[in-house]
Amino acid sequence: MKWGQPLSLTLIVFSTATRSLSTSVQLHAQVQTKSKKTLAKPGVKNIVLVEGVRTPFLLSGTTYADLMPHDLARAALQGLLHKTSLPKDAVDYIIYGTVIQEVKTSNVAREASLGAGFSDKIPSHTVTMACISSNVAMTTGVGLITAGQCDTIVAGGVEFMSDVPIRHSRKMRKTMLALNRAKTLGQRLSLIGSIRMAHLTPELPAVAEFSTAETMGHSADRLAAAFGVTRLEQDEFALRSHTLAKQAQDAGLLSDVISFKVPGRDTVAKDNGIRPSSMEQLAKLKPAFIKPHGTVTAANSSFLTDGASAVLIMSEEKALAMGYKPKAYLRPAYGTPKVLARAGLTMDDIDVFEFHEAFAGQIMANLKALDSDWFAQTYMGRKAKVGAPAMEKFNLWGGSLSLGHPFGATGCRLVTTVAHRLLKEGGQYGLVAACAAGGQGHAMVIEAYPQ
Amino acid sequence: KCPSHHESVINTKWEFSPPARTHVNYEVKEDVAVIRMNDPTSKVNTLSVQMQNEMIEVFNEVLANDAVQSAVLISSKPGCFIAGADINMIQACNTSEEVTKLSQEGQKMFARIEKSPKPIVAAINGPCLGGGLEFAIACQYRVATKSKKTVLGTPEVMLGLLPGAGGTQRLPKMVGIPGAFDMMLTGRNIRADKAKKMGLVHQLVDPLGPGLKSPEERTIEYLEEVAIQCAKGIVNKKISLTKEKGMMQKVQDYVMGIEFVRQQIYKTVTAKVMKMSKGLYPAPLKIIESVKAGLEQGPDSGYLAEAQNFGKLAMTSESNALIGLYHGQVACKKNRFGVPERPVKNLAILGAGLMGAGIAQVTVDKGIHTVLKDTTVEGLSRGQQQVYKGLNDKTKKKTITSFERDFTLASLTGQLDYSGFEKADMVIEAVFEDLNIKHRVIKEVEAVIPPHCIFATNTSALPIKDIAAASIRPEKVIGMHYFSPVDKMQLLEIITTDKTSKDTTASAVAVGLKQGKVIIVVGDGPGFYTTRCLAPMLAEAVRLLQEGVDPKKLDALTTGFGFPVGAATLADEVGIDVAAHVAEDLGKAFGSRFGGGNVEVLKTMVEKGFKGRKSGKGCYVYTPGLKSKDVNPDIEDVLEKYKLTPNPSSDSDVQYRLVSRFVNEAVMCLQEGILNGPVEGDIGAVFGLGFPPCLGGPFRFVDTFGANKLVEKMKRYEEVYGNHFTPCQLLLDHAKDSSKRFHK
Repeated sequence: MKWGQPLSLTLIVFSTATRSLSTSVQLHAQVQTKSKKTLAKPGVKNIVLVEGVRTPFLLSGTTYADLMPHDLARAALQGLLHKTSLPKDAVDYIIYGTVIQEVKTSNVAREASLGAGFSDKIPSHTVTMACISSNVAMTTGVGLITAGQCDTIVAGGVEFMSDVPIRHSRKMRKTMLALNRAKTLGQRLSLIGSIRMAHLTPELPAVAEFSTAETMGHSADRLAAAFGVTRLEQDEFALRSHTLAKQAQDAGLLSDVISFKVPGRDTVAKDNGIRPSSMEQLAKLKPAFIKPHGTVTAANSSFLTDGASAVLIMSEEKALAMGYKPKAYLRPAYGTPKVLARAGLTMDDIDVFEFHEAFAGQIMANLKALDSDWFAQTYMGRKAKVGAPAMEKFNLWGGSLSLGHPFGATGCRLVTTVAHRLLKEGGQYGLVAACAAGGQGHAMVIEAYPQ
Repeated sequence: KCPSHHESVINTKWEFSPPARTHVNYEVKEDVAVIRMNDPTSKVNTLSVQMQNEMIEVFNEVLANDAVQSAVLISSKPGCFIAGADINMIQACNTSEEVTKLSQEGQKMFARIEKSPKPIVAAINGPCLGGGLEFAIACQYRVATKSKKTVLGTPEVMLGLLPGAGGTQRLPKMVGIPGAFDMMLTGRNIRADKAKKMGLVHQLVDPLGPGLKSPEERTIEYLEEVAIQCAKGIVNKKISLTKEKGMMQKVQDYVMGIEFVRQQIYKTVTAKVMKMSKGLYPAPLKIIESVKAGLEQGPDSGYLAEAQNFGKLAMTSESNALIGLYHGQVACKKNRFGVPERPVKNLAILGAGLMGAGIAQVTVDKGIHTVLKDTTVEGLSRGQQQVYKGLNDKTKKKTITSFERDFTLASLTGQLDYSGFEKADMVIEAVFEDLNIKHRVIKEVEAVIPPHCIFATNTSALPIKDIAAASIRPEKVIGMHYFSPVDKMQLLEIITTDKTSKDTTASAVAVGLKQGKVIIVVGDGPGFYTTRCLAPMLAEAVRLLQEGVDPKKLDALTTGFGFPVGAATLADEVGIDVAAHVAEDLGKAFGSRFGGGNVEVLKTMVEKGFKGRKSGKGCYVYTPGLKSKDVNPDIEDVLEKYKLTPNPSSDSDVQYRLVSRFVNEAVMCLQEGILNGPVEGDIGAVFGLGFPPCLGGPFRFVDTFGANKLVEKMKRYEEVYGNHFTPCQLLLDHAKDSSKRFHK
C-alpha cells in the first residue's frame, strides 16, 4: 500500500473465501430458461441467498437517535425471522459487520442475536472492514458453508452514527486508570490534583484514516480530480441516484425494507434520505472538503446514516430441504475484473449492476478507471480495459448516495437489491462492487435462481 | 513540381517567422494564456539568459494579445518550478557593475510583471527558489501544490549573495519584516502549507494519485486547471487581490509602522547576525541594509541598494568560496565510479553504537532492508531506540507521519546473531576501534556472507589495508568513514586500498548517495584525509593549552576564524581518548610533523577520567540540562605539569598556527595522491571538519590568501616552534609561482 493514494477503487481487492472441493451432490434445479449458462461448477457446493431485509435507512440524529446499535441489528434480525418464518434454532452461525464500534456491545452480533431471541448455542461474531463490513460478514458465511462447517448462516451489518463513542483524552484516561489503583487518600488526591484543563479535551472518533491521516471526503475529491471527474458529472450522478431511488420507493420496489416500531417513537417504514433536487440547487453548494476548488459537496456524497441489514444464506441443498425458494446464487470472489474473469463472464453478460456509491466522484472515477486501457495496463496488469457497466443496468433503484450508507450495513443491501432486481427484471447475472477505506474493495457475482 | 513548390512555401514561412522558442511558450485556453517553462538542456529550470529573453518575448505577446485577459505561469517539468537564477551568469561577470546591471535587468522584468494589467497566476509545483521565488512573488497570485517537492525560499545568502531581483523589497511587504528577515537570512526552504500560513502563496492544491494518467502528469494538469480558474476569478472579480486583514495582521502592521520599532528590529537582527557570523559573512548585513533602504527611504533607494549590494557581494571572496562549495557539493553528489553491478538491497550493520545506529537511521528510510547487529541486548536496544527517536523527531516536526515512521521501521531488524547475513549485499562494521576486534569481526562475517557481499569498515584512523589483511577477499573491502552524528553530518569519506575493486567503490558510493551523503573518495593511509588534517591542528591546540591559553580563549579564537566549533570544544566532542589514540597512532606514522603538543597531556586527562563530553568532563565540565559550560578546573594541574614557556604570540598568530598546520597537511594529502583533487579536499574539510565555509576549504583558502603569504608565516613559525611548520613541497611550488592555483 502506498501513502496518500486515493480512496480505494473497487478494483483493489481482498481475498474472500476460496472454493474448496465439496462432496455435496449437485442438484438438478438449475433449469435455466435463458440462453446463458449457469456458473455452477461440478463438485462445488452452490450457495444461495434465501432472503434479505433491512431496517429503513435514516439520516442519523432522526427517529433512531435514542437507540443503540444492537437495537437496530435486532430489528433487522427479527424482520428476517418474520419474513422467512425461520425456526430460531435452525441457524448455525450469525455474523455481523460494523465499523464504528459501541464499546459496550463490541461483539454486536452476539448482543443482537441474543436480543432477537436466537438460541445462545448459536455462535456469533462481528467483523469489520470499513464500508464493506457486511460484505465480509456474508463472504465469511459463504466460506463456512463451503468448508462444510455450516449450512445456514445469518449475515448482516449495522451502523449507528447518531451516537459515537467520544473518549476522554489519553492523559485523562491514564490518570483515571491510575486512580483505580491508588491505595491511599493521599495518592488519590495527588492524582486528582494533577488534572489540568488539557486533560478535559475529549477525543472524537477519527474521521481520518489512521495510516494516511486523510478523510474519505478529501480522498474522494482527489480521486475525482485524478480521473478528471467534473463537478457537473458528480451532481448529475447524485441527482440520478436520488431520482431513481424516489421512483423505486414510490413503485414499492424496495421490498427489502421492513417496518420498525421504534420504542417511544413512531413506526418507520421508509428511508428518509431520498431527496430529489435540481441541478441548480446542487450547483449552489460549496465544496465540503477541498476548498475552494474541490468538487465533492454534501449533496454528491453519501450522508451519515443509521441502519441495519440482514440476509439468510444457505447451502442450496439445505434451503430446498427446508422448503425455501432461494432468490439467487452467491458467487463471491475478487474485484470486478477478477470476478468476471473467474466466472468467465464479460461486462455484457451482466444484467444488473449494484455498485456502492460512497461519493458521486468516487463512483464516476471507478467507472472511468474501468473504461481506461491505460489504467488497466498500468495499475492492473491487464492487456485491456474491462469496460464500464451500461448505465441502463446500473443502480436503478438508487444507491448509497440517496438511500443512505450505514457503513457496516450497506453490503447486504447491495446483495439483496441485486437479487430483487434480477427477479423483477428477469436477468440472470448481477454484479455487486463496493469500496472501503484503506484501499480495499469487494466484488461478487450473483446468479438468479431459476424460478 | 509539387514538392519544390511546397518547399518554397516552407522557406518563405521560415524567413518571416521568429526563431522557434525552446524554453518558454504559451497557449491560450479560452481567455487565459498558459505560459509554460521548460529548459530542455537541464533537469531543472533556471532563470538563464535564454529563459529570460524568451519570457520577455512571450510576456510582450501575451500583453499584446487582445484575446487574453489573464495568464498562468507554470513549469512543464514535473518536479521543478524554477530552481533559481543561473549562477554561471553571475560568475561570468568581471566587475560588480556588470552584476549590478544583471540585477537591475531582473528588477525591471519583475516590475513589469508586477504592474501587468493582465493578472498573472504563478502555479508552483516543485522547488521555487531564489530568482524563481522572486518571479513568483512579482505575480499577482500564487497557487502551489502540497507535494513534498514543493519548497519556496531565498537561498542566496548561502551563496554569499542576496535576492537581487526585487526580493529584498517585496518580501517584507508580503510576509512582514520579521518573516522576511528569517527567510532571507537563513535561506531555509519553506514547505507549501507553511508558505500558505505566511501569506507567501494564496491557495494550495493536493497532489493526485493514480488516475487516467501518471500521478505527476495529472497533478500538473490539475494545478493548471485550478490556476486557470483563479486567473478567471481575478478577472471577473470573484477573487479579490486585496486580502481582508485579520486583527493580528492589523496590529502587526501598526507596530511595524512605528519607526522606533523598526530601528529596534534592525538592531536586534544585526546583533544576532554578528553573533552568529562573527562578522565573517558580508551577505546577511547587506540584506539588512537593502531591506532598510527600501523601508526607510522608499522603493527607488531600496531597489538601487539591492542592485548595488548584489553587485558588491558577487565580487567578494566569501561569495566565491560559498559558490565554490556549492559546485563542489554538486560534484560530490555524483558517482564517478559508474553504476554498481548489483544494487544493495540488504544492508547489515555491526555494532549498534552511536555510529552504527546512526548509519541504520539514514539507511532504513531509503527502501533498503537494514539489519542492526550487536552483541548484547542492552547495546542493541539502545541503538534501536536511537533509530526510533531519530524518526520520531521527524514525526514531531511533522515532516513524516507516524504511519510513515512505523512503516520505515518495519525495514529495520535488530538481532544478536548472524542469521540472514547470507542475504546481505553489504556489511558495514562500526565496532570498537581496535585492530584485533576488527580482524575477528571480518573473519566471522566472511564466514556467513555471500560471495558478492561488500565488507565496509567504519573507522576514523585505522588504515584499511591493515584491516583488510585479515580478509580472504580484499577486493571487497572498503572504508566508509561516517561523521558523528550521522544523521546531521553530511560528509562520507570513502577509503579505497590498492586492492579494492572499482565495483566495490561504485557500490559504496551508491549506498552513500542513497543515504543523502556528500562523498569524497580518498586513498588509504593513516588517518586518510580528514583525520589526518585534523590531527596536526589538534596537536597545535594542545600546545597552546600547554602554553597557558585558556580553553575559552582558544575556542573564541577558532570560532572567530570561522570554525563552527572551537578547538577545545571539538576535542571534547571527538573524545579526549579518541584524540589521544589518534595523536599517538598518527604521531608514530608521520613523526615530528605531527608533534607540537605533548600527547601525554591527553593521556593524563584520560587517566583522570576526563574523556570529553561523554564522560561529563574534558577541557570543560558538562552539567546535564545546562547549555553553558565552565572550564574544567582540574585540568590546570595537568597543564601545569606539561607547561611550556609561551613565545609572545598575537591572537592572529594563534589562529594561523592552528590553520596553517591544517592547510599544510591537506595540501600534502593532495601531493601524496591521497586526495583525488582540491574540490574533494575542500568539501571534506568543510563538511566533515567544519573548516570555515567562508574560506571555501583549505585549497580555496590558499588560492585566496596567497600561498606565498602562508609559506612566509609558516617559515616564521618553523623558526620559533620547530619542523612541524615546515611547508610541504606542493605549497612551496604554489608560493614560488603565483599563477599556480588549485581552483581555476
